[in-house]
Amino acid sequence: MIAHAIFFYIFSIIAVISAIMVTVSKNTVHSVFFLILDFISISCLFIMIGAEFLGMIMLIVYVGAVAVLFLFVVMMLNVAQQKNQWFISKESSGHIPVGLVISVIIFFELIIVIGGWKYKPDLLNSTNLFIEKGVSNTHSLGQVLYTDYIHVFQISGMILLIAMIGAIVLTFRQREGVKKQSYLKQISRERAEGVEVLEVASNRGIKIDD
Amino acid sequence: MEYLSIVFQETYKILFLLIPVLVSVAMIVWLDRRVWAFVQKRRGPNVVGPFGLLQSLADALKYIFKEIIIPASSNKVIFILAPIITMTLALTAWAVIPFSESKVLANINVGILYIFAVSSLGVYGIIMGGWASNSKYPFLGAIRSAAQMVSYEVSIGIIIINVLLCVGSLNLNDIVIAQENMWFIFPLFPMFVIFFISALAETNRPPFDLPEAEAELVAGYQTEYSGMMYAMFWLGEYANILLMCALGSILFLGGWLSPIDLYPFNLIPGFIWLIFKILFLFMLFALVKAIVPRYRYDQLMRLGWKIFLPLSLTYVVLTASFLFYFNLLPTI
Repeated sequence: MIAHAIFFYIFSIIAVISAIMVTVSKNTVHSVFFLILDFISISCLFIMIGAEFLGMIMLIVYVGAVAVLFLFVVMMLNVAQQKNQWFISKESSGHIPVGLVISVIIFFELIIVIGGWKYKPDLLNSTNLFIEKGVSNTHSLGQVLYTDYIHVFQISGMILLIAMIGAIVLTFRQREGVKKQSYLKQISRERAEGVEVLEVASNRGIKIDD
Repeated sequence: MEYLSIVFQETYKILFLLIPVLVSVAMIVWLDRRVWAFVQKRRGPNVVGPFGLLQSLADALKYIFKEIIIPASSNKVIFILAPIITMTLALTAWAVIPFSESKVLANINVGILYIFAVSSLGVYGIIMGGWASNSKYPFLGAIRSAAQMVSYEVSIGIIIINVLLCVGSLNLNDIVIAQENMWFIFPLFPMFVIFFISALAETNRPPFDLPEAEAELVAGYQTEYSGMMYAMFWLGEYANILLMCALGSILFLGGWLSPIDLYPFNLIPGFIWLIFKILFLFMLFALVKAIVPRYRYDQLMRLGWKIFLPLSLTYVVLTASFLFYFNLLPTI
């Protein structure tokens, strides 16, 4: 039990510190790295409470794919060294009110969730989900997801698909005058049509490529 | 006192796993160079020790005694962290590989997901190394490898789903036991081929070694590295290759099961069969390196997204409908 507590505190302290460092660090690439550290320690916490499937999916999806794309974009945008922070420079302080509103909303949401969890436990346990004991995590998740909640699950899949198509449509642009390579043409070229042997008259040469 | 004994026991087990893995990585490097040489009618490393077997040891000694040069304009912390992360991740994934029914360091419920997660984290070593070097060629190599590894992970994930449909469990030991009657390479042969090619791309092996294409990018992400740090990248890369071979033999070739369940064969312990299967897959890796020219980058992306992804998705649908129609779905 003591070992469990020690590991919990180690992971949660790392998670909180790296979450703070994401916003504090001046180098954007560093903050993405701290975000990755945060994801990893949170997935460790998931594994510690016995949700091993969730923890591993968190690692695969967020750390293995999403954060790689974050890094990709941040590195390509060349915003590595941000000299002026928003609270020092005078011009770019337009997003402070928006940020304040969002953080106040998140704060109240957290109060509602944590307060409800503490004082009204029956409010959060109002679902009639039946969870079998002694069955592995993945198994019970699949049982619920693909039977009782199959429609919700499929609708969320459709929403993701539509979002993906929307992103492609928004960023897609047809460019004119771009030379394209036809793979089929390249692969299906034979030697006979690639090389041609010509008789060249001496001292007169030959005209090719017209 | 009880904790201490647990810690000692586990450390002993981990050392017993890691030291053979590291030694076999060194041997595998020698084998790779040797096969490569034989295909090209050269001799390969044959001077140090019998058949040149100690060549990797000599190389390692050379790397240890070389100076580690850290570029002045690099991001020092990340520059040093990158090879360490590559090697640590390549070695941690070995924790869940079952060498026989009981010989496994951690027999966890989500073993296959763990391997998939750790191998997808491997891209960070390369990106960090390429970015922290603060130089053009490493950065280009890192960007290339990030795109390449993310794209090929998708098809590897879907191939794993194919296998899991036939097994009904994420545990690696269960996956091996499910192949007792028939190895999955027979019903899922197209998936095995796609897995093999995706594993080549995932480990940056030729013909997909664009992150370190020496003709264009000097040495890609490891251009600025020297001495032991370069050797760590190198060890991590080969440990990853071995891991992919082990994963392929567990998913498709029946892991530690013996090929024929008859008297003289089932006396041989399981881990020897697993080692033979890993070696077989590695020989294929080495041969591909020797005989296939490098892909062009746009063709690499096209192969991953336009060919492998639709093919493996179609095969998922086929496998699921076949299992459902003939009532062969595994019961848990």
